Amino acid sequence: MTFPWLTALIVWPLLAALATALTGVGRGRPAATGTGAGRFGGTAARVVALAGALVEVLLLVGAFTAFDTTRAGEHQLAETHDWIPAIGASYAVGVDGVGLLLVALSVGLVPLVILAAWREQGGDDSRLRRYLAVVLVLEAFMVAVFAARDVFLFYVLFEAMLIPAYFLIGGFGQGAQRRYAAVKFLLYSLAGGLIMLVAVIALYLQVPAAERGPRTFLTENLTGLELGTTEGRLMFAAFFLAFAIKAPLVPVHSWLPDVAENATPGTSTLLVCVLDKVGTFGMLTLCLPLFPEASRWAAPFVIVLAVVSILYGAILAIGQSDLLRLVGYTSVSHFGFIVLGIFTFTSLGTSGSSLMMLNHGISTGALFLVAGFVIARHPARSQRIADYGGLRTVAPVLGGTFLVAALSAAALPGLATFVSEVMVFLGAFGRAPVAALVAVPAVVLAAVYVLLTYQRIFTGTVPAHLGGDAAREATDDGTPPLEDTVSRTREDAPVRDLDARERTVAGVLVGALLVLGLVPGLALRYVDAPGQVAVELVGESDPPPVLGAQPVDARPTEGSLS
Amino acid sequence: MQTLGLAPWLVGLPLAGAAVLLLGGRRTDRWGHWLGVLASTAAFAVGLVLLADVLRLPADERVAVHSLGTWLEVGTLQVDAAFRVDPLSLTFVLLVTFVGTLIHLYSVAYMAHDVDRRRFFAYLNLFVAAMLLLVLADSYLLLFVGWEGVGVASFLLIGFWDHRRENAVAGKKAFVMNRVGDMGLIVAMMLMLWQVGSLSFGDVLGAAGGMSTGVATAIGLMLLLAACGKSAQFPLQAWLGDAMAGPTPVSALIHAATMVTAGVYLLVRSAPVLEAAPTAQLVVAVVGAVTLLFGAVVGCAKDDIKKALAASTMSQIGYMMLAAGLGPIGYAFAIFHLVTHGFFKAGLFLGAGSVMHAMDDSVDMRRFGGLGRALPVTAVTMGLGWLAILGVPPFSGYWSKDKIIEAAFVGEGWRPWVFGTVALVGAGITAFYMSRLFFMTFAGRRRWESEGEGARHPHEAPFLMRLPMIVLAVGSVALGGLLTLGGGFTTWLEPVVGHAEHHDPVLPVWLIITLTLVLVVLGAALAFRLYAVQQVPVEPPASNALVRAARRDLYQDPVNETLAMLPGQVATRTLVYADRTVVDSAFLRLASGVRRAGDGLRRSQNGYVRSYAATTLGGLLVVAAVVWALAY
Repeated sequence: MTFPWLTALIVWPLLAALATALTGVGRGRPAATGTGAGRFGGTAARVVALAGALVEVLLLVGAFTAFDTTRAGEHQLAETHDWIPAIGASYAVGVDGVGLLLVALSVGLVPLVILAAWREQGGDDSRLRRYLAVVLVLEAFMVAVFAARDVFLFYVLFEAMLIPAYFLIGGFGQGAQRRYAAVKFLLYSLAGGLIMLVAVIALYLQVPAAERGPRTFLTENLTGLELGTTEGRLMFAAFFLAFAIKAPLVPVHSWLPDVAENATPGTSTLLVCVLDKVGTFGMLTLCLPLFPEASRWAAPFVIVLAVVSILYGAILAIGQSDLLRLVGYTSVSHFGFIVLGIFTFTSLGTSGSSLMMLNHGISTGALFLVAGFVIARHPARSQRIADYGGLRTVAPVLGGTFLVAALSAAALPGLATFVSEVMVFLGAFGRAPVAALVAVPAVVLAAVYVLLTYQRIFTGTVPAHLGGDAAREATDDGTPPLEDTVSRTREDAPVRDLDARERTVAGVLVGALLVLGLVPGLALRYVDAPGQVAVELVGESDPPPVLGAQPVDARPTEGSLS
Repeated sequence: MQTLGLAPWLVGLPLAGAAVLLLGGRRTDRWGHWLGVLASTAAFAVGLVLLADVLRLPADERVAVHSLGTWLEVGTLQVDAAFRVDPLSLTFVLLVTFVGTLIHLYSVAYMAHDVDRRRFFAYLNLFVAAMLLLVLADSYLLLFVGWEGVGVASFLLIGFWDHRRENAVAGKKAFVMNRVGDMGLIVAMMLMLWQVGSLSFGDVLGAAGGMSTGVATAIGLMLLLAACGKSAQFPLQAWLGDAMAGPTPVSALIHAATMVTAGVYLLVRSAPVLEAAPTAQLVVAVVGAVTLLFGAVVGCAKDDIKKALAASTMSQIGYMMLAAGLGPIGYAFAIFHLVTHGFFKAGLFLGAGSVMHAMDDSVDMRRFGGLGRALPVTAVTMGLGWLAILGVPPFSGYWSKDKIIEAAFVGEGWRPWVFGTVALVGAGITAFYMSRLFFMTFAGRRRWESEGEGARHPHEAPFLMRLPMIVLAVGSVALGGLLTLGGGFTTWLEPVVGHAEHHDPVLPVWLIITLTLVLVVLGAALAFRLYAVQQVPVEPPASNALVRAARRDLYQDPVNETLAMLPGQVATRTLVYADRTVVDSAFLRLASGVRRAGDGLRRSQNGYVRSYAATTLGGLLVVAAVVWALAY
């Protein structure tokens, strides 16, 4: 009996959430009085939540050491226990390489979100305590949903996750329309989820009871069933709809920008970077293996939707005036890439998509959280891009980290996102060349939306309400910056640069983008085998190069040295 | 080759320099610029060691690949972190690090009064690292990392003084237009992997001969698209003029000597693909010829000294592209001209920087004049660069440009006559606009105030700025001749670009040389008359339509705005509007429909037992009817 790493990873955040919530017990309602006790209560909640999230990271390290990368295509760290024997539902968890990376993404982002939220919630410590507790509860669900190997368990978690997410958006958001956004999110997700439930039950009933013993919901038992063509396609469509809403594909994306605009950047990080990955993760690990025929049948349609999403999201992002809404739309575009890669059924495309699920999480998380730091510097916490200007001069570290995060959204080589995006492009071309070609202009659109945003917020002159001074603007008509003007602006800057806490958050994410961009092998070994498995399960194989096997380099000068 | 293992250090040293300067923050302000100089110098030293090693080897052993291991291995794709050291990449390494180091030195003095000097050197080092990766990479994917890396460095440096909005906009414009070109490289990589199953130079170029003409043409045109973006060739040329917003050393290094020539590198490196695709090759030559004239015409009308030089750069790269499109007879001369141009154009830009330094950052040549006496060193070094770009024998440009003109006259049918004539006429126009620039700046009456409001007090630049100018001027004089000795440079490149058979031009060589020199003398004489003998008006005179068009870069910005930006903005606004009014509202209407249905059904829940009883009766009747219908 080995240590149940996944169960530990699921249970620990719940305990930490409880502990965080309990730090407020016996202290009354500090926010109402604003006493010293209230401040202390808030600090304790922060420290407990952060410590809990960091212990979770240690557990994750343990899970990684127990994981055998040479068998990354198989489910490992598996545990199976009966749950509802009457219907054959079990508590079955286990991860392949992709699942492990997504668990790692969840567990890695939570402490950063907690750190970033340190001074959020308007200084109301009791509110912050509850916020952090809900974040930890959500973490448990996120880990569980990526680890579930039982379709029934997956479905229950898929729906149960909505509860903490709903409260994070509607209860702790910062936008005026947060309740509207929360209800919209909930209704969209529930609609998709309920249709999926029908398909889950229908699929369960397809298992021939006599051959495979008692019916179960285990994924491996449901894989490879002889399904009627129509039944398979209908069930596929139900699963796919639920996942398409989650991962938002155009045209069922419109809940995402509203959520991004109204939730806190930390909530959006968890929602868009992690929780929504359930959609693409579900397509990869449920739609493809459970319904191979229907997947192949639907692929042209799905690929069109994906390409539309890629371009549509990017164009919409260019047209946004709200910073967080803009980031939301960039994700619509990126989810399009992930779906495109999955449905090209090439090992390069599916592995690229799997890697992109991780990389997009890091990149967009960095973008959301650093955007949150930008907004925190505005006296009225404005999210309007037009309310900013010239911040690079007064806050260079903020500017630098934002630029790296932004360029990672545009898949700049050297950053992690490039590797996954180019893999999706290369994989897609082998199967769906037209789709790949049509999607290529997205690289230009991405450059436009990130650089336009950077230009508007970080270059030019600092507006007066952010403390920009007239002396600096005077240098604007031709003369180069004078030393005294610039230095004075820096010293007296009302907009301070990132402090140590914020630097930690931004530094970890930017560092991860760089490391995974320069040494992509660190992550690739987890997605390579699962990608090939997914292609096999869907009944396809990689198209061989047109000119046959790789030619051995015949030129005599080559390799004669070195 | 024992020193091959040093190749990764060429990238690593400047990259480390950039990392220290960026992460070290203001602690490194005091000595940061010297660290930058050191990193660049060290890279140059490594380049020299490699050169010495390669030169000891026989020609057929001069191509070597050093792999650090697998960079990326997944599914059907495998890319090594491999560096290719051969005469072509070494040429670039030495050009980039030598000119780069000189410009680092120059910048120590030029940026001395800028509080952000350390950041400037960090970006410069970042650029050098990315550029060296671009030329040393042994696969298209790794090349692409350097390719976009220099794009980012260029973006950061053009917008270095980003508190001015127009500088930031210029940086963005450059990056976005480069990305348009980068689409070409991405598509080319898709095609290569689809055909060959690999992205390494060895595999792709080795298999180029086996590709169908159609595929080779597609790859060739996509590579050309990439080259057009990076090298500011028609129709993606519009960013280069605006890029002059960057500090002048940046214009010298990135936007004249090195980065903008990367497109030429890409095409020469991919020569086997182009040779399998005659149509693509022809398009390369046409793009080069068009840009050559485009830049030359624009150069004649610019009063901004840096923008005139930028137009000239575009035009000279047009010569290189033309040569690259001519096939094996052109490759070596494309690279040869690239090297000599790197020296004299960098020298000219540094001279322009020195003039700006003396004239309180003014760039308007109509308000220069007579600066020769105040700035003797600048005048002489720029004068030598001027003679070099004119192609006056025995200066550097003569040896390289004249060979391109000769090669353009080789061939059959209409091509030699068209390409040859364009190259010939271009040389005459070049002589005119470069002489115009030189005379407007240094000769004639002074057109600036020496006292009172807005007075200028031109003074020669400090030694650290003069030294690189002098070294580059020496190169402008002698480099071309030295590299030509005994056919040295073409032989040196042969292991990469192959041996070119000798072909006779359609005109005798002596006639071509004579015609070129006559046109050059005519162009220069005309400029002398107009800008040295006659008075230059301080305000630009109203002129004919061509001059007015050339002043506005032949309307490149209005054209781009009409063709790309305007439709883009309309599409964006329409979609933003449609997203709310069509997509979102469809779902909102669905939601409100559900609510209305609920409201309607609620009315039946009225609390009266009699209506419930009626409903029950109605239901029973329906069930009975259904059962009856099914039973019979």
